[in-house]
Amino acid sequence: MRNLMQQPFRTAVLVLVWGWLLFLVLTPNLLVVGASLMTRDPATFISLPLTLDAYRQLLNPLYLDVFLNSLYMAAMTTLICLLVGYPFAWALSKVGKRHQVLLIFLLVVPFWTNSLVRTYALKLILATNGLLNNGLMALGWIDEPVQLLYTEFAVIIGLVYLLLPFMILPLYSVFEDLREDLLRASHDLGAGRLATFVHVIVPLTLPGVLAGVMLVLLPAMGLFFVPDILGGSRNLLVGNVIKNQFLDARNWPFGAAASIMLTLAMALLMFAHKLSKRRIGEDGV
Amino acid sequence: MKQTLLTLRNLTKQFDGKKVLDALDLDIFDGEFLTLLGPSGCGKTTLLRMMAGFEHPDEGSITLGGQDLTYTEPEYRPLNTVFQNYALFPHMSVFDNVAYGLKMEKRPKDEIRQRVEEALAMVQLEDFMRRKPHQLSGGQQQRVAIARAVVKRPKVLLLDEPLSALDYKLRRTMQVELKRLQRELGITFIFVTHDQEEALSMSDRVVVLKDGLIQQLGTPREVYERPANLFTARFVGETNFFPGTVDNTNDDDTITVDVFGLKRTFRKPDFSVSPGQPLHVLLRPEDIRVLAPSDEDGVAGKVVERNYKGSTLDSVIHLDDGTEVLASEFFDEDDPTFDYRLGEPVRVSWVDGWEWLLPAEPEDVPEEDAIDA
Repeated sequence: MRNLMQQPFRTAVLVLVWGWLLFLVLTPNLLVVGASLMTRDPATFISLPLTLDAYRQLLNPLYLDVFLNSLYMAAMTTLICLLVGYPFAWALSKVGKRHQVLLIFLLVVPFWTNSLVRTYALKLILATNGLLNNGLMALGWIDEPVQLLYTEFAVIIGLVYLLLPFMILPLYSVFEDLREDLLRASHDLGAGRLATFVHVIVPLTLPGVLAGVMLVLLPAMGLFFVPDILGGSRNLLVGNVIKNQFLDARNWPFGAAASIMLTLAMALLMFAHKLSKRRIGEDGV
Repeated sequence: MKQTLLTLRNLTKQFDGKKVLDALDLDIFDGEFLTLLGPSGCGKTTLLRMMAGFEHPDEGSITLGGQDLTYTEPEYRPLNTVFQNYALFPHMSVFDNVAYGLKMEKRPKDEIRQRVEEALAMVQLEDFMRRKPHQLSGGQQQRVAIARAVVKRPKVLLLDEPLSALDYKLRRTMQVELKRLQRELGITFIFVTHDQEEALSMSDRVVVLKDGLIQQLGTPREVYERPANLFTARFVGETNFFPGTVDNTNDDDTITVDVFGLKRTFRKPDFSVSPGQPLHVLLRPEDIRVLAPSDEDGVAGKVVERNYKGSTLDSVIHLDDGTEVLASEFFDEDDPTFDYRLGEPVRVSWVDGWEWLLPAEPEDVPEEDAIDA
């Protein structure tokens, strides 16, 4: 107690941080958990008694389908981001410092525009009479416009477009930390390029891969406005389901249960990330 | 008897128009401990990397036992490297680090296990096989790096300033250990360092490098006692340079030289001398004798610094003409009062015959260039 009085600044900061976490992180999440365990009520949204109905409903084949489809689109998004982002981040770590700054700047610039606006812009590009179709026709590569908008493809493109920087930045940071002498050591000990990639580069960049996957996969399941704008009625994300349950169907317990599923998936990924870092001794264990 | 293993011919390399190696020739014998010694930027690390295959020369060739390796990729060379910062794979255990090279050779599992255990036993780390590199001390990581390189039984082991990250005491221990390993394994060691003491104590031969050129190649003793030029003399150990002028060449293979107005007789050097020619008289601090001011011999000066070093007393003496002299004297057990006060007048002399003569060079190296370590 004497300590608290002696260090008012420290105490103030601690109170602020803990207060923040308690009221703005823990409480809302507890409320969501609570809501997921309540009964649906058209008038007051939620009411007693406590029940596991919402979770039971998650197992409904209809929603399981949405979940799997959402997972599929998110996984495709993540895969494309990884395939594009991995070599990009690698190259980024290799170019000169001046180019590096410029490239990272270009990567971050889109964040200054609202993602909703950018998604609408993408719609203009992908539309039947959009920039892409017109361009391809002008080049004579296609004879008539291809249906791009309102397809699964459009949703995935939209998600990749919005989330790619979140894959590249953590990967860039692990490539920056990748020591040149480890690659030299690998070659010196008789490993070719492929063996070095498999045995040294991949394991050492794995924390970055997992961080990138974490930052892409879960948001990709939640970004409901992307299918709303670019997708057809069948290309739903878990985010759409949650949004619909809260805003349209007024089934709060079910919406809460669905969002808890996402949170749990996130926790699982974070755990895997921690393990991968511990493996290379970055956790100080 | 000594067989050449590695032959370097005319190796030349430029970075950004600056010559890092300049038409370098070197023959390295089978089973020797060779040290590349020089200040940073002298080309020693580039030379080592070329042998390892991480750099390719602009010109010249590297052959090992008759086989041309100049442009061979590192993974196909029968040489292995111990890196400056060990470069241990952080995600692998000690065992896997050491086994890596053998796995790449696709050796059978049993053989790998046995050879890794042998290599780790050799560096006294057999109990640390399951540890990760970050759980080891610097000295232990160093040993793993050595085990990882020698487990492949290379013809040549390249060591890139491997001890520079260790503290002084550990470095001494590792020096002895490396020397022992080299004797036991009979592998050729090529050791890069900027630490002249390390070079002298470990090597069979020392290559002194500066600006991509070999300044001297010889045994530690040759390099220390008979430096080929002023650079080597300055870089290897501490040296006093006294300006001298040839007074007379004598018939009995000696010359008379005027040093500080003293006429001293020296052995005739192996470069040509004529009366009136200026030259450098080199004397190591341990060759200097400090005498009482009443003594007839020597040159007058006064003590400006004294450093007690345990077994020796090192002092700096300013001669009356401003020349600075370093002296390092062993304690005289018969004289318990042996010591100097600062400012005490003394006379400085030396034993004739212990000197080394070098011709005055037209572009005498400025002092700063020589000091790097």
